[in-house]
Amino acid sequence: MTLPKSNSLTFQELILKLQAFYAARGAVIQQPYDVEVGAGTMAPETFLRVLGPNPYKVAYVQPSRRPADGRYGENPNRLFKHLQLQVILKPPPENVQELYLESLAAIGIDLRQHDIKFEEDNWESPTLGAWGIGWQVMLDGLEVTQFTYFQQCGGVDLDPISAELTYGLERLCAFLQDVDSIYDIVWARDPDTGREVKYGEVRLADEQQFSVYNFEAADVASAWKHFELCEAECRKLIDRYASLDRDLGKHDPGKDKDDDKEKSEGDAGAGARENSRFPLLGAYDLCLKCSHYFNILDARGAISVTERVGVIARVRALAVGVAKAWMDQQYGQQYKDRQSPVASGGDEPAGKNRPREKKGKLAPVG
Amino acid sequence: MPDLLLEIGCEEIPARLIDAASRELREKLTALLQRERLEPAGAISHFDTPRRLAVLAVGVPSSQPDLTERVNGPSAQIAYKDGQPTPAAHAFAKKVGVDVGNLEKVNTPKGDYLAATVTRKGRTVAEILAELLPKEISSLYWPKNMYWRKRGELFVRPVRWLVAMLDDQVVPLELFGIPAGSKSRGHRIMSGGKAVVISQPSAYVEALRDAKVLGAAEREQVIRKALDAATRTIPGARWREDKPLVATVVNLTEFPSAILGSFDPEFLELPEEVLVTVMRDHQKYFAIEDVHGKLLPHFLAVLNTAADSDGLIRHGNERVLRARFNDARFFWQTDQKQTLRQRVELLRNVTFQKDLGSYYDKTMRVQRLASWLAEIVKQSGMAVRPGVVHKAALLAKTDLTTELVKEFTELQGIVGGLYARVQQLDEDLKSDVQLEVSRAIYDHYKPESMEDGAPATVEGALLSIADKADSIAGMFALGLIPSGSKDPFALRRQANGMVKTIAEHKLPFRLSEIMADARARYQGSEAEKKFSNAAYSKAVRSFFRERLEFYLKDAPQHRYAYDVVNAVLAVDSDDVVDAAARAEAVSKVRGSADFESISSAFKRMKNILRQASEKNNLVAMRVDPAGLREESEKALAALIPETVATVEKRRVARDYEGALLEIAKLRPAIDQFFDRVMVMVDDDHLRANRLALLQTVVKEFSTIADFSEIVTEGKDSTK
Repeated sequence: MTLPKSNSLTFQELILKLQAFYAARGAVIQQPYDVEVGAGTMAPETFLRVLGPNPYKVAYVQPSRRPADGRYGENPNRLFKHLQLQVILKPPPENVQELYLESLAAIGIDLRQHDIKFEEDNWESPTLGAWGIGWQVMLDGLEVTQFTYFQQCGGVDLDPISAELTYGLERLCAFLQDVDSIYDIVWARDPDTGREVKYGEVRLADEQQFSVYNFEAADVASAWKHFELCEAECRKLIDRYASLDRDLGKHDPGKDKDDDKEKSEGDAGAGARENSRFPLLGAYDLCLKCSHYFNILDARGAISVTERVGVIARVRALAVGVAKAWMDQQYGQQYKDRQSPVASGGDEPAGKNRPREKKGKLAPVG
Repeated sequence: MPDLLLEIGCEEIPARLIDAASRELREKLTALLQRERLEPAGAISHFDTPRRLAVLAVGVPSSQPDLTERVNGPSAQIAYKDGQPTPAAHAFAKKVGVDVGNLEKVNTPKGDYLAATVTRKGRTVAEILAELLPKEISSLYWPKNMYWRKRGELFVRPVRWLVAMLDDQVVPLELFGIPAGSKSRGHRIMSGGKAVVISQPSAYVEALRDAKVLGAAEREQVIRKALDAATRTIPGARWREDKPLVATVVNLTEFPSAILGSFDPEFLELPEEVLVTVMRDHQKYFAIEDVHGKLLPHFLAVLNTAADSDGLIRHGNERVLRARFNDARFFWQTDQKQTLRQRVELLRNVTFQKDLGSYYDKTMRVQRLASWLAEIVKQSGMAVRPGVVHKAALLAKTDLTTELVKEFTELQGIVGGLYARVQQLDEDLKSDVQLEVSRAIYDHYKPESMEDGAPATVEGALLSIADKADSIAGMFALGLIPSGSKDPFALRRQANGMVKTIAEHKLPFRLSEIMADARARYQGSEAEKKFSNAAYSKAVRSFFRERLEFYLKDAPQHRYAYDVVNAVLAVDSDDVVDAAARAEAVSKVRGSADFESISSAFKRMKNILRQASEKNNLVAMRVDPAGLREESEKALAALIPETVATVEKRRVARDYEGALLEIAKLRPAIDQFFDRVMVMVDDDHLRANRLALLQTVVKEFSTIADFSEIVTEGKDSTK
């Protein structure tokens, strides 16, 4: 049995429908972040927005690069770069699960004809110092979404909590169109001529060439050099932000009035301005670059398992450094005490029964 | 007497946590009602699904009985001065809420005191539940909690509704910002999202059934029936019983059904282990086999919905499985490009433990340790192929570098075994030897639990023991010793596995020697620089004593009584096979009257010897028969040498039961001795001689078990 293909959404219609769905519910529709990331979570619209007290709703498509997952365009289910629809609901509404199910209905899935289950799946990213609690949402045996209540990000305990919904767009679309290969997904259909553009036509060359680049051609020595340059610069920015703190005194609007008014206001004002303009966003981009170079080195087989943990810890140190500085810069002193050492997922001992660390959310299928 | 219902409505609770939490909630409510003197007349039952934990109590008293009690106050001397109540009396009266004039006086051995009879009005059950239930719910144990609303509010998943009712009345409690009500919810999809109004607790289960929600026991029944029915469509087929998987799908559904799906028979070329792992662990499907137990190209999926009338769900599941099998096949084929032998070098890059080096280092150590063990086994006359052990040890960990194990970590060892069977390992390796090598690798993580079998072959057993001993030795030398609930490397499980394997293969090892050798394999390594050597052997010894104790008490084929195990291990806890044999013998004879009596006598002898040593009384170096006076003590002394000889002969032949029966024959002589002889006499010489006699008996006859550890039922025939 096959589904009536002509009725199902094209890839781009799927994206548009989901964006329209969240736009209608008050979300900011953001555009993909323009630095290489391994997952939508790493884009600042998630990583930095979940920090601090301000409510926020956002949805965006994020191309997610995972060099080691490339298969030269030969495997029908695996991609070096896939697209995620990333949704952040901060704080999560009470009906967040129902809302999510409505989004499935919005893309034409009649849930009464399908089997849907929320199965335990807790997400953890050692690189970001982030973890959350949630499920993989299973639709007829296929994991279509990762649903996570973020608990900690960049080593910072979150308050309020954010719900993160990550849709694997290729696998969802392959399911809707009932095709066995991602490359057969209809990306666009010309309404006049009915001509179809397939996923393969749009992306196959990407997969082929980047698989060669990531597995064979990328220069290991220069990737290490890039990594180290980005790391050093990021580190320097984080350190400079910290010393800015010390040199200019903390900007605390409530306190200024008591002291020698003119002088204090002058200094603190300049300090506050200096502080709020300090390029932590630039530092975060550098951290993302490190993560990307790490992934390339990993795909090249240039990082031994022994080194791996250490390099991940170096990237995490940057992510945590940026997150803490960001908290300080954006939300001030009152959040300083909240910061706790980077926790890993909860209090279960590591061991055989612990769910495996997810390598990444929602690679296309399987 | 109203019925009580409490339902915690939740977003999907992890399947593995539901059963325990549901029981705990029932226990908490039971304890609460008991503590508050509100024990129900009827039963307390629990009901759970992925989206709810509920408890029902039938016939709860509507309020606590009033409580009348006497409260004691200050002494009369302080409370009255010149016949007038002092501030102390007033304060007491105020505290207990009684008029000063109505205070009583009680006479106690310490003098007169003020007292008051106070009647405390029982509170209503609604009041008590509203106050206390929120705390009970919040204190449910979850291995992993989360925040969703406010910091400080923790639960396993967000709570979305609460039902709390006494008959048709709502109990006015509130938790996580949710006031309790009488509205529950039905099946997410099938009930159409309408609230399910509960008219009263006794109508709860039926109201949920109407809303397509079934209790756990019923869900299991439905699932088993559905699996049977779907399987029957294939002649001669049966589904593979898998209790943990049944338990999982029971807790993933509220209204289950099952579908039969199929996959391309060409995937059956892949090893069954791989196919079953994909189906069971990753997709939660049941495998189907023919009458000979051979896997069929079908699967069963349990759904959380009534039916799949147009086959859409089956189609979707088949599609996912096809993709997963394709991946597995891709990994399998990719892995063949490098042989296990070639992968040995790659292990240099795989960390075993950060301070203990790579898996390559481990492989080298385990290979030497396993070979040494094989030598011991060979010398003891058992059949073993040291060459197989040597080869298997070299290749055992290489599958950690394969794509298939990276994808399906639970198949480590198994994949190595499968690859070792199909790859050419050495040019001139005979096929039967190769098969043995592959079996040893396949089994070497076994046994993973007390229920799991030990490796099938002796070669697999030796590899398994060496691998685990190496891990335990390294961790202990680093000081990473399990304590309490902390055992992150599962060293206890590994040690249990060693003990079980040694016992079941009847291997001639002493645990301390294995562990000393395992420790020695680290000599000169980088890892050794991080070792803190203090008390390694002592820590290892007491760790393994506990593991052996656990094995003898808990292994299904043993389950020896704790006192038997203590008696046996008090003598020696190093030789597993011997300890098990002695425990078996002691268990057999302990019920006999003679043995009971001997056990009591040994306790008495040990007590006397202990008292003597506390008093610094001398014990003669050896018994001087000429210095004994009474007939009974002479008789006992005379009996010892020949009994020792027979016991020893039997013991050496490992006829422990026979040896114990010989010892039991001493009973009349020992009884006589204690009837007639007083040991602790004033005559120093005589006392020392008698103590020597006792010491000889205790020493000579405690080589199988320390009988004084045996618990006797107060029968003491020596009196």
